Amino acid sequence: MDFSFSDEQQMLQDMLSRLVREHYGFEQRDQVRRSAPGFSEAFQAQLAELGVLAVPIDEAHGGMGGSGVENLVVMQELGRGLCLEPYLESQILGGGLVQALGSESQREALLPALAAGELLLAVASEEPRTHYRPEWTETRAERAGDGWRLTGRKSVVIGGQAAHRILVVARTAGEPGECDGLSLFLVDPAAEGVQRRAYPTMAGPWACDLTLEGVMLADDALLGAAGGAFEALGHQLGHAMAAQCAEALGSMQQACELTLDYLKTRQQFGKPIGRFQVLQHRMVDMTTELELATSMTILAACVADEPASQERSRQLIAAQHVVKRAAQFIAEQAIQLHGGIGMTWEYSLAHHARHLVMLGHRFGDDDRHLKAYADLLEAS
Amino acid sequence: MNIHFSEQELAFRDEVRAFLADELPADIAAKVRLGKKLSKQDHQRWQAILHRRGWYAANWPLEYGGTGWSVVEKHLFEEECAAAGAPRLISFGVNMVAPVIIKFGTPEQKAHYLPRILDGSDWWCQGYSEPGAGSDLAAVKTRAVREGDHYIVNGQKTWTTLGQHANWIFCLVRTDPEAKPQAGISFLLIDMESPGISVRPIITLDGAHEVNEVFFDNVRVPVANRVGEENDGWTCAKYLLTHERTGQAGIGISKAALAHLKEIARHEVIEGRPALEDPLLRQRLAEVEMRLMAVEMSTLRILARAQAGGVPGAESSILKITGSEIRQAISDLARRVLGPHALPFLAEELQLEHDGEPLHADYSVAPAAQYLNLRKLSIYGGSNEIQKNILAKAQLGL
Ligand SMILES: Cc1cc2nc3c(=O)[nH]c(=O)nc-3n(C[C@H](O)[C@H](O)[C@H](O)COP(=O)(O)OP(=O)(O)OC[C@H]3O[C@@H](n4cnc5c(N)ncnc54)[C@H](O)[C@@H]3O)c2cc1C
Ligand SMILES: Cc1cc2nc3c(=O)[nH]c(=O)nc-3n(C[C@H](O)[C@H](O)[C@H](O)COP(=O)(O)OP(=O)(O)OC[C@H]3O[C@@H](n4cnc5c(N)ncnc54)[C@H](O)[C@@H]3O)c2cc1C
Repeated sequence: MDFSFSDEQQMLQDMLSRLVREHYGFEQRDQVRRSAPGFSEAFQAQLAELGVLAVPIDEAHGGMGGSGVENLVVMQELGRGLCLEPYLESQILGGGLVQALGSESQREALLPALAAGELLLAVASEEPRTHYRPEWTETRAERAGDGWRLTGRKSVVIGGQAAHRILVVARTAGEPGECDGLSLFLVDPAAEGVQRRAYPTMAGPWACDLTLEGVMLADDALLGAAGGAFEALGHQLGHAMAAQCAEALGSMQQACELTLDYLKTRQQFGKPIGRFQVLQHRMVDMTTELELATSMTILAACVADEPASQERSRQLIAAQHVVKRAAQFIAEQAIQLHGGIGMTWEYSLAHHARHLVMLGHRFGDDDRHLKAYADLLEAS
Repeated sequence: MNIHFSEQELAFRDEVRAFLADELPADIAAKVRLGKKLSKQDHQRWQAILHRRGWYAANWPLEYGGTGWSVVEKHLFEEECAAAGAPRLISFGVNMVAPVIIKFGTPEQKAHYLPRILDGSDWWCQGYSEPGAGSDLAAVKTRAVREGDHYIVNGQKTWTTLGQHANWIFCLVRTDPEAKPQAGISFLLIDMESPGISVRPIITLDGAHEVNEVFFDNVRVPVANRVGEENDGWTCAKYLLTHERTGQAGIGISKAALAHLKEIARHEVIEGRPALEDPLLRQRLAEVEMRLMAVEMSTLRILARAQAGGVPGAESSILKITGSEIRQAISDLARRVLGPHALPFLAEELQLEHDGEPLHADYSVAPAAQYLNLRKLSIYGGSNEIQKNILAKAQLGL
């Protein structure tokens, strides 16, 4: 057993940590967040140049073939800086889906460009009635000549506002609720019949809603076998969830540091508020949650690379549950311990808190994962 | 033992219900239900309607234009208003400074300020907190120095709720820096239009402008604007805080919020069924509803005691803690039930004039922002930690 980073991983962490500090000061971030595309193109270019964008991409396609642990290293630093670039959605989930489902020519067409930062992907998995479960997809793709005709609505596509291509989950067969019949299509958001409405999210990054009205797709827009995307999608969502845990971890660490610092400096009743035992214990509870979340994030990063199994699913769901609970607890207590200051937009803590709570709205909150785990418990 | 309202009280409740059915503007009620921001005009419209009926100053004695209602009647009125989706009254004038003026003010102060509160001429805000004086309110540093018939005020107040709408502010100021903290404070009424006052917005984490910083730079305030004796402002401050704490459980607001949450859950879909049928969500709803029932019953017990002439004591801290936790829990569920649709941050859509197509549904815009905004409930009005300190000391003798 060895829980330490390799030298390369440590170097990656140091490099990113420095880069994030340079690019993601509070003011800089607020500027970036305000206007389209909702992230820093300069920072994204730096990530490309330093090879960070290539980390999770397969070595055969211009990437570095990084494991779940490399994803952990990257996402933790991006989370610490509350970075707004769609790394998770584009590089990890988008790239992972292309690798898992794409043909060799599709991979060759997309992955090197993705690794080089010339292509941005987004994944449209949510709809008005999916509630984190892709098997409830209603968007349909029907055969039309040699290609496909796509119709439906997609909600809250994170990074979709700037993506060059969007991977759309659609039903080519079956009914909502069935896992069979789901397919994955590569859609050009500029294509006729695609409408996107962009907006910032509560978590920080921007997203868009998509209306798809009879969008005509060529045959090679389909990734993988028609109707057979569900398993690969589930497996790649597992990678994304592990990465999201790491992102949360970085942000939780910051929130805890800021709060601890505040307890030592804020004076009321003639002493630092950190002298009040109730606040000491609360801070200890936060740190304890952080500790457990760290452990589960490591677990998730390591099992993400394993082939699909019920055990892997259970562990990833458990990690999401523990981390998301910790994230909300830490966010709420960090605000509470700061008093009014914790509620002000002009202080980075508020943005960590927003991020930590709202990341429960991608891939599901702790209660959804509690229920998912309970369902698997019965089966085991 | 009888846990029911009397015939007379029930008749009163029906009267309130009928009034609300007739008079509460539907557009305002809809905004309240959907969690949209109310404009100053919305508040003023509702206040005027209540004033016409003689019900605006529910807590004042009859002689000043109040209602003379019993504590139970006041409670019923508040709860019915909340349940119907009426805006919560901005309490700084009618329910904070007015009781202080009625209790400690001179006849001239009463004659001047009270009618102006009743008819909506003045909008008040509360200038207690300062950067260095939050929970430790007695640490206020804003300085008032006597100069003939005036005080010259210098300093800063913060977290001033809706100060951007206000033309008057009541302040705790330090008049004797040598005395013990509580002993050197006076209670001043200050015209916000006075030269030397500036107001700066503080944007909160939900993106809203609700609180402000208020700066005082050599502001001249007539000595006649002092309520109570010089250096005896703490008495007014404490009296006001007990008023601030009543009705804090917000039972009616929680009931309305819970009903709205169930309505959302009827429309949202989880695993192909209305979210309201999701077993885990139902369990969460059940938890909060049962707890709300317990807090309501506790409120009634305290009311009955007050009706019989008892003074509400430390128990009101229990109501503040549990009531705020329940409201926060409901807002937490309202955001969760929306799933991914809670994510869009459309601050402009919280404004009233926006009539663009909502992204998902009209009810999906506000819950996440409201969840964030309601973190304040456990911070202000005496934080929940401070309430527990009060309970430990006053109720338990620790
Ligand atoms: C089943 C059992 C087996 C044991 N076996 C042994 C044994 O084999 N040998 C032995 O030597 N002892 C033994 N103990 C004793 C044990 O170590 C003591 O019970 C323990 O140290 C607590 O002391 P106390 O019971 O006097 O409680 P106290 O110290 O009086 O504590 C009472 C409560 O006050 C809290 N408290 C105390 N100080 C603080 C503080 N500064 N801040 C916040 N909270 C505080 C405590 O957490 C506790 O909740 C045993 C106890 C039990 C219950
Ligand atoms: C949205 C909002 C609106 C407000 N509106 C107004 C207004 O209109 N007018 C006005 O005057 N004020 C207003 N306030 C201010 C409010 O009253 C203060 O925020 C509150 O008193 C807490 O003070 P603080 O923010 O300085 O936090 P602090 O007092 O610094 O508290 C920080 C943390 O320490 C804890 N703490 C402090 N002392 C102790 C102790 N002895 N034991 C244990 N824990 C302790 C607190 O509970 C909190 O968790 C508002 C605040 C907010 C957030």
